[in-house]
Amino acid sequence: MARKVSDTRRWTFTILAWGVALAIFFPILWTILTSFKSEADAIASPPKFLFFNWTLENYAEVQSRSPYFRHFLNSVIISVGSTLLGLLFAIPAAWSMAFQPAKRTKDLLMWMLSTKMMPAAGVLIPMYLLFRSSGLLDTRIGITVVLMLINLPIITWMLYTYFREIPGEILEAARMDGASLGKEILYVLTPMAVPGIASTLLLNVILAWNEAFWTLNLTTSKAAPLTTFIASYSSPEGLFYAKLSAASTMAIAPILILGWFSQKQLVRGLTFGAVK
Amino acid sequence: MATRHQKTLARFMVAPSVLLLLGWMIVPLAMTLWFSFQSYNLLSPGMEQFIGWTNYKYFLSDPAFWQAMTNTLLIVIGVLVITVGGGILLALLLDQPIMGQGVVRILMIAPFFIMPTVSALVWKNMFMNPVNGLFAWVAKAVGAQPVDFLAQYPLMSIIGIVAWQWLPFATLILLTALQSLDSEQMEAAEMDGASAWAKFTHLVLPHLSRAITVVILIETIFLLSVFAEILVTTNGGPGYASTNLTYLVYSQALLQYDVGGASAGGIIAVILANIVAIFLMRMIGKTLE
Repeated sequence: MARKVSDTRRWTFTILAWGVALAIFFPILWTILTSFKSEADAIASPPKFLFFNWTLENYAEVQSRSPYFRHFLNSVIISVGSTLLGLLFAIPAAWSMAFQPAKRTKDLLMWMLSTKMMPAAGVLIPMYLLFRSSGLLDTRIGITVVLMLINLPIITWMLYTYFREIPGEILEAARMDGASLGKEILYVLTPMAVPGIASTLLLNVILAWNEAFWTLNLTTSKAAPLTTFIASYSSPEGLFYAKLSAASTMAIAPILILGWFSQKQLVRGLTFGAVK
Repeated sequence: MATRHQKTLARFMVAPSVLLLLGWMIVPLAMTLWFSFQSYNLLSPGMEQFIGWTNYKYFLSDPAFWQAMTNTLLIVIGVLVITVGGGILLALLLDQPIMGQGVVRILMIAPFFIMPTVSALVWKNMFMNPVNGLFAWVAKAVGAQPVDFLAQYPLMSIIGIVAWQWLPFATLILLTALQSLDSEQMEAAEMDGASAWAKFTHLVLPHLSRAITVVILIETIFLLSVFAEILVTTNGGPGYASTNLTYLVYSQALLQYDVGGASAGGIIAVILANIVAIFLMRMIGKTLE
């Protein structure tokens, strides 16, 4: 039943909500706007909001001064690669935990989650030394494997919550109709599992894209994704606001768009199905 | 009923993930533990030797350690208070009948998708910079002295930046939970003449408790290891004013090459995280059942 709402109330809340939302979004908006300014306009006082000479030169400059697209490509390879690799291990595990739960399955899932609680600082040194001695430092394959290990618990948990919602009776019905195991997987289970796998993929690509402990410590240049590349703007280039903004905008735009699409899955994915 | 064959298959399917995670936990952790009892500096290779608890004594008696420990907890607690408190308020606001709710949600969730190095640099340079930052301009415009946030209030500034990143997450989850609240129950309470505050404490808050628990759990996992925000804004300074345990271990190992001392710090960080984890897992186990 819809409750009647007075106009004043509706307007008050609308204005309040828009105000708060714009305030929260403002740093991002400001970064995007600044990326189209000249360096002089970027630090003009009073600040110029919309009325300045819009220019694309910063975007050209970022690429010409640094191999921006290589870092972008690294980000894509590392985030997608680590997620696909994680799915490879997590799908069978989540599958069997959802459909063949043993007595200890719940404990096992809790334990997996608890590995996320281990602070990176506790394992940074051996990982760094191992990577250094085996030549994995600043390689894509090295950082991809580490990010896979970090996100494996989340990937498994997410898939588990999705798989558990596939009704077991459907399998039995298919079996009664004489479907072989292969057909059962191909025609019955796969179509029902694909949406869950897709949302898991999406969310974990976002998490891996933004991961900024291991990428900062284990990559420097060749394999450096955007997180590390942007960190190099810390000084002194950081003082060039327009270029910093252009590089930042390019680094966040793809994931921001993906993120907006995955809002709904985000909630259930990150809360392990506890909040839907 | 699962047959023996199916059970074996199930184990076989779970085993690779479990072994991977087990290896990932045990191998590096055992190495850190081993290093923590060694005198081991990367600048003097070949001089490693067993020195017992010396690294721990040194680390625990270092004032930097206690400061880093305090800072770690302050970051976790500060950000949790802001994001959970603010998240509840924002979720209640967004749950009202507002126009363009979809767009408002999209704007509000955005900071969660921004990579930490970008948000830290944007805040540091374009907002908190005492000369060219927007905050400095606002201060000058109202005739006040611009504040050098990262030099004068480094820890609070970092808490602010991290809270900005996590507030959307808390809001989104609490809002989702709020929307599943039974509206008939609310109407019944209204008819009984319950005040807004009574409705909030007796209906809304209990309904949200599960979601709040989850938010605290997830955020704590990430907040114990805040790193990039510190690295690109203050480098832990001035002094150790904004160094947390993660950053201290990093600087001890990769900037001062003291593997032994840093490893002792790493083990202490693990112990701290475990204490927090046990506490959290209990809490979550209770609410999630």
